Amino acid sequence: MWKFIVRRMLTTFPQLILLSVIIFLMAQAMPGDALTGLVDPNVDRAAIEEQREKLGLNDPWHIKYADWVSGLLQGDLGQSFRYKMDVTDLIEQRLINTFWLAVATLLFTYIIALPLGILSGRYNDTLLDSSITGYTYIGFATPLFIFALVMLWVFGYQLQWFPTGGSVAPGLEAGSMDYILSKVNHLLLPALSMALIQTVSTVQYLRSEIVDTKQKEFVVTARAKGASETRVYNRHIFRNSLLPIAAYFSYEITLLITGTIFVERIFSYPGMGQLFLDSIVQRDFSVVTAVVLLFGLAAILGALVSDIILSIIDPRIRIK
Amino acid sequence: MTQKLLEIKNLKTSFRIGDEYYAAVDDVSLTLNKNEVLGIVGESGSGKSALAFSIMGLHTRAKMEGNILFNGKDIVNISPAQLNQLRGDEMAMIFQDPLTALNPLMEIGAQISETLILHRPEMSQKERKDRVIELLTMVGIPRPEYVYEQFPHELSGGMRQRVIIAIAIANRPELLIADEPTTALDVTNQAQILDLIRKLKNDMGSGVILITHDLGVVAEMADRVAVMYAGQIVEIADVFTLFENPKHPYTRSLLTSVPAEGQDKLLVIQGIVPSLQHLPREGCRFAERIPWLDSSAHEEDPVLHEIEPGHFVRCTCYKHFHFQDEAKEAQVHGDTRSK
Repeated sequence: MWKFIVRRMLTTFPQLILLSVIIFLMAQAMPGDALTGLVDPNVDRAAIEEQREKLGLNDPWHIKYADWVSGLLQGDLGQSFRYKMDVTDLIEQRLINTFWLAVATLLFTYIIALPLGILSGRYNDTLLDSSITGYTYIGFATPLFIFALVMLWVFGYQLQWFPTGGSVAPGLEAGSMDYILSKVNHLLLPALSMALIQTVSTVQYLRSEIVDTKQKEFVVTARAKGASETRVYNRHIFRNSLLPIAAYFSYEITLLITGTIFVERIFSYPGMGQLFLDSIVQRDFSVVTAVVLLFGLAAILGALVSDIILSIIDPRIRIK
Repeated sequence: MTQKLLEIKNLKTSFRIGDEYYAAVDDVSLTLNKNEVLGIVGESGSGKSALAFSIMGLHTRAKMEGNILFNGKDIVNISPAQLNQLRGDEMAMIFQDPLTALNPLMEIGAQISETLILHRPEMSQKERKDRVIELLTMVGIPRPEYVYEQFPHELSGGMRQRVIIAIAIANRPELLIADEPTTALDVTNQAQILDLIRKLKNDMGSGVILITHDLGVVAEMADRVAVMYAGQIVEIADVFTLFENPKHPYTRSLLTSVPAEGQDKLLVIQGIVPSLQHLPREGCRFAERIPWLDSSAHEEDPVLHEIEPGHFVRCTCYKHFHFQDEAKEAQVHGDTRSK
């Protein structure tokens, strides 16, 4: 199995390089450069040109790419035009916020999906199954940005159970218990909104896979051994039904990224998705580039984790 | 002195299709003694496997009527927990398709151990592993310690069938049901697997129900043979009587459909086993395959007649059926059908 994991990790390097090249070329294709808009228009054009030469802006693209990548490797994502600060510093806190939002959403997604999928698959074609399947259809049909707004209106404004914006209540000392609780409290509603919608595909995958697996012959073998129904489900059917869920995990990460962009905006949650939208609107290109790079990185790592989970569950894809 | 191990009385197993129940096994009665091999033969769809699954209680959505007495306990009306105690312990089954009958995500050792865990919980881990290695050796698997940690996809079909047999015999069952154990295997493996089943049966003194559509296998293995057609037993006799002196038209057509030396033409009866929904429920179920026999030849409500000790035949039509003479007619009949 280790052989498989190492080999799979090695394949992420070309993916990362390709990602960085694409993002770099797209950034290059955008109009203007680091000096545009930063410099007093009255400055002599020759002086600007001299400055460009000094900053390496006139170098061929591969040299600029090498410069950029070596900066990336040292944690230098450039300067934000708008905030006049290092992109790294700008992103740090938001990245942490989005990370916890994503973790909470994933947690909720699987907490909802596993029991519903298992019940629905085990007792298929019963009333219970129909109600769960009904929920998944509603989930498929509801756009996240509308559902999140409704959740915000009902639980945030009407019932006032949850805060309606931000990532933490003001005036709390970072690291204290109150601070952490406040953070969690701010996370719950956006994470739940996203999970309730995005979990439906996992529920459906799990259901259909269980319905499929329980007709397989090795299940009959297990029953013929004298295994109880509970044991048959837990030991034989469930594990065999997890394969597509594990494979779907990488797509789940991608969904999560697009989901955070909507949800963070709606709940005014200061995270990467919010920053992404703001920086596009404000033409803060170095921030856009950095955020897209991190999103791409997350998607590649999601696929990696997904494959590693698969190899742990399924011996057939391991390399001996 | 023979001891009765299994006694099936008027078993009827029905499946629901739409709003109605259709019997896949209809009025089947038979007995099996200890240390005896009962062959059950018949075409696909004749209810052989449905009968085997009924005995093991493996049908999840079937209606079962009648009695299956196993060591005096009636399996038809037993609780699931009691059934689970019997399955894999006192009775076990060897499955048809070794490629799908093993869990692809579990090590071989774990799959065999499971049946020991369920029925011999007092065994220590060490004892269990030793027993699994012993079983793997018994079924003729080379390098058992290595195979113990392998997964099904790393083994060949013949090896997997041996693993399935190892699972079945792990707790020395009194009743072993082999559901077409060699159908999916190549000829060399077939002979080896049959030898293995026979040897294990002799060692353990178990009663074996051998389901097959291969008459050669039956001739080689069985003590008695039951022939099934359309969910019913049409003839049952000891193996010599059945091959020497078959009575029922269906049995006789089965026997003549096996190529023999010096025979240049196979005599066959046209038609197929009707599907579950289209079975004739009244009268002789074989009547429509031998339409040239007058309806008076059949019984109105055919039952099994004991024509000599231990030899039962269903319906009276066998008395009027003469295969050699009718065969020509059968083929002519087939020709007209195909036109």
